[in-house]
Order: sequence, then structure tokens, then C-alpha cells
Amino acid sequence: MKIMRPLGAVGIVASAALVLAACGSDPSASNSGSGSNSAAPAATGTAQVDCGGKSPLSAEGSTAQKNAIEVFNQAYNKKCSGQKVNYNGTGSGAGVKQFNANQVDFGGSDSPIKDADLEAATKRCASPALNIPLVVGPIAVGYHLSGVDNLTLTPQVIAKIFNGGIKNWNDPAIKAVKGNESLNLPDKPIQVVSRSEESGTTDNFQKYLGAAAKDVWTQGAGKKFVGGVGNGAQGSNGVASTVKGADGSITYVESAFAKDGVTPAKIDSGSGGVELSAENVAKSLDAAKFAHPGTNDLAMDLNGIYSSNVPGAYPLLLTTYEIVCSKYSNPDVAKAVKAFLTVAATDGQQPLSAKGYVPIPQSLQDKVLKAVKEIS
Amino acid sequence: MSTTLERPATTPAFQQVSAARKVKNGVATVLVWLSFLIAVVPLVWVLYTVIANGIKRIPYSNWWGQDFGSVLGDEVGGGVLHAIIGTLLQGVVCAVISVPIGLLVAIYLVEYGRGKLAKATTFMVDILSGVPSIVAALFIYALWVTTLGLPRSGFAVSLALVLLMIPVVVRSAEEMLRIVPDDLREASYALGVPKWKTIMKIVLPTALSGILGGIMMALARVMGETAPLLVLVGYTSYVNWNIFSGEQASLPLVMNNERATNSMDPGSVGFDRIWGAALTLVLIIAVINLLATVLSRIVAPKKK
Amino acid sequence: MSDQSSTRTPTGDPGGRSSSARAFPEDPISDKPPAPAPEAPPARKKPTKVRAGDRIFQNLTTGAGIFVVALIALIGIFLVVQAIPALKADKVNFLFNHGWSTNDPANMAFGIADLAEVTVATSLVALIIAMPISLGIALFLTQYAPAKLARPFAYVVDLLAAVPSIIFGLWGILVFAPAIEPFSEWVNSTFSWIPIFAPGNIAPNVRGTIFTAGIVLAVMILPIITSLTREVFERTPTAQVEGALALGATRWEVIRTTVLPFGKAGFVGASMLGLGRALGETIALAVILLIPQGRNFDWSLFDGGATFASKIAQNYSEFNNPTSAGAYIAAGLVLFVLTFLVNFAARSIVGKKVG
Repeated sequence: MKIMRPLGAVGIVASAALVLAACGSDPSASNSGSGSNSAAPAATGTAQVDCGGKSPLSAEGSTAQKNAIEVFNQAYNKKCSGQKVNYNGTGSGAGVKQFNANQVDFGGSDSPIKDADLEAATKRCASPALNIPLVVGPIAVGYHLSGVDNLTLTPQVIAKIFNGGIKNWNDPAIKAVKGNESLNLPDKPIQVVSRSEESGTTDNFQKYLGAAAKDVWTQGAGKKFVGGVGNGAQGSNGVASTVKGADGSITYVESAFAKDGVTPAKIDSGSGGVELSAENVAKSLDAAKFAHPGTNDLAMDLNGIYSSNVPGAYPLLLTTYEIVCSKYSNPDVAKAVKAFLTVAATDGQQPLSAKGYVPIPQSLQDKVLKAVKEIS
Repeated sequence: MSTTLERPATTPAFQQVSAARKVKNGVATVLVWLSFLIAVVPLVWVLYTVIANGIKRIPYSNWWGQDFGSVLGDEVGGGVLHAIIGTLLQGVVCAVISVPIGLLVAIYLVEYGRGKLAKATTFMVDILSGVPSIVAALFIYALWVTTLGLPRSGFAVSLALVLLMIPVVVRSAEEMLRIVPDDLREASYALGVPKWKTIMKIVLPTALSGILGGIMMALARVMGETAPLLVLVGYTSYVNWNIFSGEQASLPLVMNNERATNSMDPGSVGFDRIWGAALTLVLIIAVINLLATVLSRIVAPKKK
Repeated sequence: MSDQSSTRTPTGDPGGRSSSARAFPEDPISDKPPAPAPEAPPARKKPTKVRAGDRIFQNLTTGAGIFVVALIALIGIFLVVQAIPALKADKVNFLFNHGWSTNDPANMAFGIADLAEVTVATSLVALIIAMPISLGIALFLTQYAPAKLARPFAYVVDLLAAVPSIIFGLWGILVFAPAIEPFSEWVNSTFSWIPIFAPGNIAPNVRGTIFTAGIVLAVMILPIITSLTREVFERTPTAQVEGALALGATRWEVIRTTVLPFGKAGFVGASMLGLGRALGETIALAVILLIPQGRNFDWSLFDGGATFASKIAQNYSEFNNPTSAGAYIAAGLVLFVLTFLVNFAARSIVGKKVG
């Protein structure tokens, strides 16, 4: 936060000055919300960066990390002047596919690549492909229900809503959740909104339901929504704006999009309702494990977080990854990717909290920097 | 003409128009006027939406002189220079390819074509003009990316747009060439000028004014296409002058990108960007249409 | 070939040119009857020798003609070739299955039934709305409007065709859909006993529906139908109109007895061209239509869904696996054939009438 504001302002002023500002420039309003001082064990600090290489790098993928990449890009641009990254926020599925098709230099995905995708990625790289986690983002179960703004849901109730087991807001199961007793829940059908395209958010959300509400959510996981109810909209923003426009609707979306009419529900995993906040997410992160400990593939196993019931810990979150090659055929690309990821893991982390993300913990940062260093 | 005839000088056969006929006529008149009004509503509504919402960012110089590379998604500032460059480049490259082809086809149809091939060509131009833009995009994708293994780029977009532009150019050029009086051709032949020279020096210049207008209209139309952009090129928030490599932004892509990743609430940055880009695109198209008219005037054959 | 080129027989011409001379917004000049036997005189005089320049030029233009023909063939061939592997891998009936699952290349199960139904439904809604209105506007512009109003308005209608479709789409979902929501809800609840107004598969949402999309699409194809129909109506023989007026016919009777019979085929053809455009419309529908989860299209106007084109546009990110891409290319191929047939029919209807 400290770094970001002045930087943004300077950037705008500087670039505006470059142009013949004949009729004045846009007012550069500050509108990035009140910066909360995150309690997360934030990765801070800065690192020596070997700038250079391909510019602009091209990247594509998760819409969930789009805003984070913009922050990283700004930091990267400052650290390595003139170096840029083009990031297309088209969805995690697209990110992996474009990466595997050799159309982009790195992909962005909300779930680590594995199986067939990993094979294809290894083939594309001619070396092992790596998952580098750079951003932690809470997923909100966001709803829009007039007259109700303090809803608490249990994983079981969420699962039932998203697979059609609960169809109406006045269902006794919702009322029965601790904290909802006093709510005046209307007789209104629940409109479930999901992502219509392949999405890492969907994947994480469904994994969460599979872990936290095993007995109810039997549909499995995957990047396509498998709940079989409601309707789908495109992109994080698409679902958010659909929910805004429809009273009685509910969706799952990255917390940054859960605002202005999309209220995040509290989640009660058995130890009371937990609000979505940076501190509560950070509390959850302690339970994170690596899927392949000891390697540079930093794919995380979040099942421990999803099924935990630590009091005050918000369990529904995703880590979003950059999919990179451990060895690029073009050294120019490798150099730029390394520089970018290094900046992202250091200078880029702190401003994230203003954008609704949670910076990666210190311990993870060390591993990320080590893995990035070994890219060639 | 009809007004004078409605009251004929001599007494008509049917002096009285019966009530039923009057009512029918009245109903028809009302319906026709109504459909006119119904058509005006969405027209005005769309234009009003674009202008009223888009005007907020347009008047600032940075909107025209900067890209979105240095601003975050929720920061006011930056501009669409990158997208304007992309839209114009892709449009111009598309025109450079499709105009000669379209003109040659039109000349063939008017001056040479007969028989089966001419019929087939006319027919195929008709069919081509009905090819949905997404199908054109798929074709180029199948050719450019899948078969040739080349990366997505602005040039691939231009190629897809060529498919959409050729039939429009052929149609308008053909029509303009056909109305060139034959006297001109004959006079030229009589002077011993070869046919190809007659076409190049006499027929084309005569029709040039109309042809240019048609080309500009076609250009304006392909510049607003979105479907090929989605499939064939990535978005970037930076200026990219190189149409052959890398991501390249364009105005429709800006709208689509903001729609997918930014807030669309009235008053938000994403909302302003979407409608700002829309207004910019409409303005560019309007300017091109205007240019078409002006150019047509300038090159129009002098009348003495 | 070059010898033939100089013999332009009047009989050889009309076939080649009749179908292309119309079907394009025309200038005032088109009011004059088209010259039936053009460029005849130089043709009869056979040139003594064929000059090199002539030969090159003719080959060049002929080549361009062949190129266009080849292009269409190429599009067809490319789409077929790329679609075949996916079709072979398809575990279900491509034409009649409603599901679309192409994620796993080893286990593809996709059918176009749902896409086809949604495509047809949106286009029909658009056509049903646009046809009478276009007819009304065309009549208004040719028969009712004062000349001062007719010309600029015709120009404006043509301009409407130049508005990019993404703008229509965004307007449709952000401005129009919220505005007509009360009306949609009213229709939905009052007439829900009629199957096409039944609660849709994305209920209770009534914004991202075929109903909304169809209306927006109607606005988009309005200019196409109108400009062609107007053009045909303008050519109604003046003698007939004046004859009817002389007999004391009211204005409506003039239209009914002369303009409509004369322009009927042109109007139908124009509408089919509009239909062709509607079938292929991509981004506007991709922006407006919501995708139902777990339910198929059920012939309600308040259903959501995806058309051929919007499905492809929304899932372009899945193209990178050649087999999965092939599934979408197969869908594109069907769309290509569909628009081909519709346009072909339209051209032959219009072509016959307006020579």
C-alpha cells in the first residue's frame, strides 16, 4: 500500500506529461478503497533483479489474478524500466491451453496443472513445467438478497445451494445456521450463478465443497461448474454483475469482485461464522501443504485448509499460480520471466492487500524465489 | 406526384370513399408511422447510451495519447491509443489486401466475365458476403494457427477481415463499374486504346468516386468486428505497432476485455472505459464515413 | 478464352449480372431501368490481335474471380478436414445430442442439437419482430414519408448497420435488459401457461434470455431488411401506382394492389438475408445470453443458452487442443452450411424478382 499509491500517481503524472496535455488530463482519482493494514505474514522486501530479456512478455489466464498481475506489472515496470508484460485475463483454462500451445510465455492458473495438462506443458517446454504460486485470493460466497446483509452459511448449506438441494431462501436449513436466526429470509427462489467457461475459481470452489461437505457435494471438482443448477456468466466480472442485477442470486467469486451489491457470506465450518478478511485468510494459510514437497514445483495442496475448522480462519481461498517452464528454449524469455517473477514475489506483494488479495507468506516467498532463480 | 393525383381534375369513377376503406387506410397509415417510430426508439437509445456514457473520458488528451499499460484496472487515467493503433492498423492492412482483389474481381465480372466461371464467381461473392465473421475467424485459425503453426497476431485478424471485406468491395465496385456509360468505353476503343488501358485509364477513374465510397464503408464495417479478434489475437494494454507478432489491442477488444475483467457498474472505471471505447469506435467509423463522402466528392469526374 | 472475351453477346450477360446488380443499396441512378444490352458495339468488332497487356490484365482479373471461388471451397474444405478428427472421436450423435463436453480429448461427447435450437429460436424471434417493422419502415420511406424526411432517415437506418455489434450487445445487457425487465417479468408470469413464455431454464433471471437477445438482434437486422425492401419498393412501376390512384384507390389500396405484389419476393428475400445475418451474429449474443447449468433449451423464450456462434466465441480458449478445437470447428461448419443455404435461398428469391 505504501509503495503503490505514490507510484500510481507518479506513473500517471509522468506519462501524462509526456503527452501534449493540451486540454488537460483525466483527473486521477484515488478509488482503490481504503487500504486495510493486513495482518498477513506478508512477504515484503525487495530483491536484486537481473533485468532484461523479452519485452513485452505475453501471458494469459486466470481472471482472478488479473488485478494482481497489473500490480506486479507496475512494480516490474518501475524496477526494470521499460519492461512489460501483456496479460490477458481469459480464464485459467485458457491460460493453461495457450501456454501449452506455445502462444504465451507463461500461463496464469488458479489451480496447479497436473495430469494431461502437465504432460502437454512438459512437452511444450521440453523440460518440467512448474507451478509458481504468487497470489493468495479468498473466494467469497457472494449473494444479493434485498434486506439481508449478514448471512452465515455452513459448507453443507453452500453445497446444497449450489447443487440444487436448497432452492429457496426461506429454506429452514438456511435459517437453522447459527447467526441466521434473526434474519428475515424471504420466500424467493435462489438463483445460482456460476462461471460458464473453464475457471480455476470454479475448480477451487468445487474442491472446497468436496472437502468441507463431502456427504453433500458428490459432483466432484473440475474447472467446469458441475452443480447442475442456475446459470453461467462469463468471467469473474460477468458473474458479479449478473448477481448485482438479480435479487435473490448467489455466486462464488474472488473477494475483490464481491462488492457494491454482492455481499460475501460468513462461513461457519463448525466453530462459528467467519468473516472474509485478510487476517482470517492468513490464519488459514498455516495449514497449506505442498503437493510435491522438495521440488521446485510449488503446487499446493489446499485440502487441509478446506476441511479445517480452526476458529476464526476463513477456509475458502485459492492460490493462483504462474505456469512456467523450468527451462525455456529462448534465453531472452527465460531472463524476462525470471525478472518478472522475482519482482512479483518481492516488490509486488505488499500492494496486493489493497486489491483484495493476501500476499504470500514469508516461508513461501523463500521457496518461490529459489525456484525462480533456477529457471533457465 | 401523388398529391396532385389524389384530386383528379375530372370526377373519378368512385366518388365516395366508403367508411371501411377509409378506416383501413387510416389503420395502415398509423401502423406504418408506428413502425417508423418503433425503429427510431432503439436507434436513438443506442446512440444516446454510447454518447452519454462515453463522453466522460473522451475529451481528455490522455485518452487519445496513452495506453492502459501504466494504470491499474480500477485507476482513472490512461487511454486507448494502443487500441486505436491496433484497430487502424488491422483495418488498413485488411484494406490493402482486399481492395486490389475486390477490384480485380469486380472488373472481371463487369468487363470480362461470362459463362460458368462468372456465374460461379457472382454466386460465391454472394455466399462470401453471408459468411458469419466467426466462421471466417475459424477458417483463418484452422489455416494460420493449426495448419501453418503460426502464432496469433494482428495480421491473422486482418486476414479474417479480408474475407469479410472482399464481398463488400466487389459489390460496390461492380455496381459503380456497371454504371460507367458504354460510350466512354467505345470512344476509347475507337481511338485504338487496348481494353486493359481503357479499363485502367477510363473506366476505373470514372467510377473511382463511387468505389472509394464503397471501400470506406466496407472498412468502417470490418473495424467494428469483434469475433475474429477474440479467436485470433490476444489483448494487451500496451501499444504494439507490430502487426505480425505479439498481442495487439483494438477498440472492440478493449470493450470485451473490460467487460470480462473490470466492473461494469455505472460510474466505475470499467464502465467509463467500455463506453469511452465504444464512443471512440463510433467516432472513428463516423470519420471514415465522412472521409468517404469527401473523397468521393474530390475524385468525382468533373462535370462541365 | 481471350477470343471469347471480345464477343459479348447480349444474351450471355443477364445471367451473369442479374443476381449481382441488385442486392446492394443503390444510388438514385438505379431508378432508371437498367441498360439491358451494354457494351455491345466494341464486342462485335473482333480485335485483330490480342495485346500482351490485355492478356495479362484479363488473366489477372480472371484469376481474382477464380480466387474467390476457390476461397469458399477452401473454407469448406479446411473446416471439414479439421472437424473430422473431432467428429470421429465424438461418442454421441453429433446432430441430435444436446450435451457439449469436449474437455477430455479422449472422451468427447458433443452434439449440436441445443446450439441449433437456440440459434433458430433467437433468429426467429428477431425475424418475427423485425419483419413487420422493416416492412412498415420501407413503406414509410417509399410511400408515406415526405421526401425531406425520407432521405436522411434512410441514411440513418443504413448507419445503424455500421454500429459494431459489441456495442449492441453491451447496450442490450447493460441498458436494455434492465429497462424491459418489468415487462419481461410480466409476460413471463402472465402467460406462463403458454409454453414459449414458460419460466426459462435460467429462471428467475429474465435478463440474459432469448427474449432479450431476440429483440436486440431484431434491431440489428432491421437495417438490412429495410434497405433492401425499400429498394425493391422504389422500383414499383410508376404507371401502376398512378393507375391505381386514378381509379380512386386510397393510399393503402395502392400499396396493397401494386407495391406489395410487386415487392413481395424482394421483401421475403431481404428477410432471409436478415435471417442469415441473425444466424451468424456472434458477440452481441455472447454478451447477452446467460448459460443455463444442467438444463437444456426447452423452447421457452425465457431460456438462456448459446448459439453456434456465441458458443464458439465464448470458448475460443479451448481451441488449443486440436481435437477440442475440432468440435467447435464442426459447429462452425454447420453454421457455415446453414447460412450458406439461407443466403442461397434469399439470393435466388431476390434475384428472380429484381433483375
